[in-house]
Amino acid sequence: MRLPSRWEIFWRTVMGRAYPRVVGMQRERSWLLFDTLLPLLQVSAFVFIYRAIQAPPEFTGFVVLGGAMTAYWLNVLWSMASQFYWEKETGNLELYIIAPTSLMAILLGMAIGGMVATTVRAAAVVTVGLFVFGVRVSIVSVPQLLGVFLLTLLALYGLGMLFSSLFLLYGRQASHLSELFQEPVYLLSGFYFPVRALGFIAALGASVIPITLGLDAMRQLLFPTMMAQFRFLDVRIELAALAVLSIVFLWLARRALNYMEDVSRREGRLTVRWQ
Amino acid sequence: MTQQRALESTRSLKMAAWLGWQIASNWASPFLLAVYFIAKPVAGALILVLMYMVIARGGLRHPLFPQIFVGNAFYMYVAMVLMGVSQAIHEDREHYGMLKHIYVAPLNIYTYLLGRGVAQAIVATVGVLIMLLFGIAVLGISMPPGTIDWGMLFIGWLLGLIGLGFQGVLLAGIALITARHAFFIGQGVAGALYMLCGAVFPIDVLPKPLQLLGQALPLTYWLEALRRALLGVGAGALLSSLSDGMILLILAGSMVLSAVASVAFYRWAENRAREKGLIDMQTMY
Repeated sequence: MRLPSRWEIFWRTVMGRAYPRVVGMQRERSWLLFDTLLPLLQVSAFVFIYRAIQAPPEFTGFVVLGGAMTAYWLNVLWSMASQFYWEKETGNLELYIIAPTSLMAILLGMAIGGMVATTVRAAAVVTVGLFVFGVRVSIVSVPQLLGVFLLTLLALYGLGMLFSSLFLLYGRQASHLSELFQEPVYLLSGFYFPVRALGFIAALGASVIPITLGLDAMRQLLFPTMMAQFRFLDVRIELAALAVLSIVFLWLARRALNYMEDVSRREGRLTVRWQ
Repeated sequence: MTQQRALESTRSLKMAAWLGWQIASNWASPFLLAVYFIAKPVAGALILVLMYMVIARGGLRHPLFPQIFVGNAFYMYVAMVLMGVSQAIHEDREHYGMLKHIYVAPLNIYTYLLGRGVAQAIVATVGVLIMLLFGIAVLGISMPPGTIDWGMLFIGWLLGLIGLGFQGVLLAGIALITARHAFFIGQGVAGALYMLCGAVFPIDVLPKPLQLLGQALPLTYWLEALRRALLGVGAGALLSSLSDGMILLILAGSMVLSAVASVAFYRWAENRAREKGLIDMQTMY
């Protein structure tokens, strides 16, 4: 009998871990209500704030785009960063560790599955949002827009993979950390307003969160006239920065994973629940 | 017998509030807990501040800003109480596996659930006070103590808060018969109500059908009462024809209605959960 190679096992693991997120979660039809309609109502609240203060119509587009990106940030926090902690609580983590595969492949599978599943939800929010509020976009460059979007996701999920190891070390504080990283990140990354409003230095600091640069670049590429006065950095610089962030976060994720596994094994915390 | 039930209900409320507080606070050191309580509400408020600074003529001096700020601050109660009460079902059933034990214990489940909401209301009160102080000290929102209608503030706040607790019980009933997404019910409903009750803009700017929905919500009147008490004026023209007394009367009526409807619904959901064996359901979701 031929044994599968290491790469074969790696990719099978990636696909196996992505499967429940891509296929399994779609079977629970209530996601249409919880992940599309309810977030859209929340996004609408921010649209109506701008309407109440007579903001230009492009700001509605800023909010819809920001609202769609919240789906990715929430997915990274709750389904990546907190995931290893939940896996430990439900007894899966020990099975992952004794399986003849790499934990990095499991993280990658979680990330790919999360990205695909969340893209379906985010696309639904953008489509319905643009349709309901009649937002008009004028795309400057489709390849650049796609490049920014994909690099944002790569860097963002790299950050999520890094967080998943760190959050596991924090134990039951993980869910509170995820809660804590919601509103402050919505603020720092400019989910509902152009990030330039924070001031250049603050926006530069917030750029460590990939969505900050991704949102600013996508807004520039979708609403060029309005963003001319609100842009933070040139799109090409933001693309380069996102590429660097992607590499750094993926490298750090691998290091953190090894560190977490080592510390948890030595301290006997890998299988301890309620901690 | 009645006295024994009253004692049991009071004990259930007190113990649930204590348990809720322990769950909310015992995971962190006091310093980290303080950062957690301060960072979330202040960041939420600053999002509004920046939206106004970028767009509104006059920035923070825009006449709508104080009303929006106060509405947003008090909305924290809505999210926390609705989530606190409805998530108690999910936490006790799925996370801690304790719901079945709670059902066999000598306690009143309604006051137990309300008690879990009390713990969240305490946390929310800290957040609301921090936000109001931040608004006064940093953003220059004027709320001189001499001009505040303290009576209306207290009565309105209390009526709305009790009503919220009962609305949480209603959501807990839904959570009891819902698989998998029970955890998100409170959060989802709070997100939807955020738009409809005009927490961050006057409901006048909503399309007509949504305005009518907004006018049917007790929360709309709660936020109006709090704004009038703290700032002397409400938000928008739609509710301006209602007197302060009428607003409080609507709040009192809606509180009674919420109590009756939520207890009746919870009882129905509970029977259904017993029939289907859902009290100790574990979906591992």
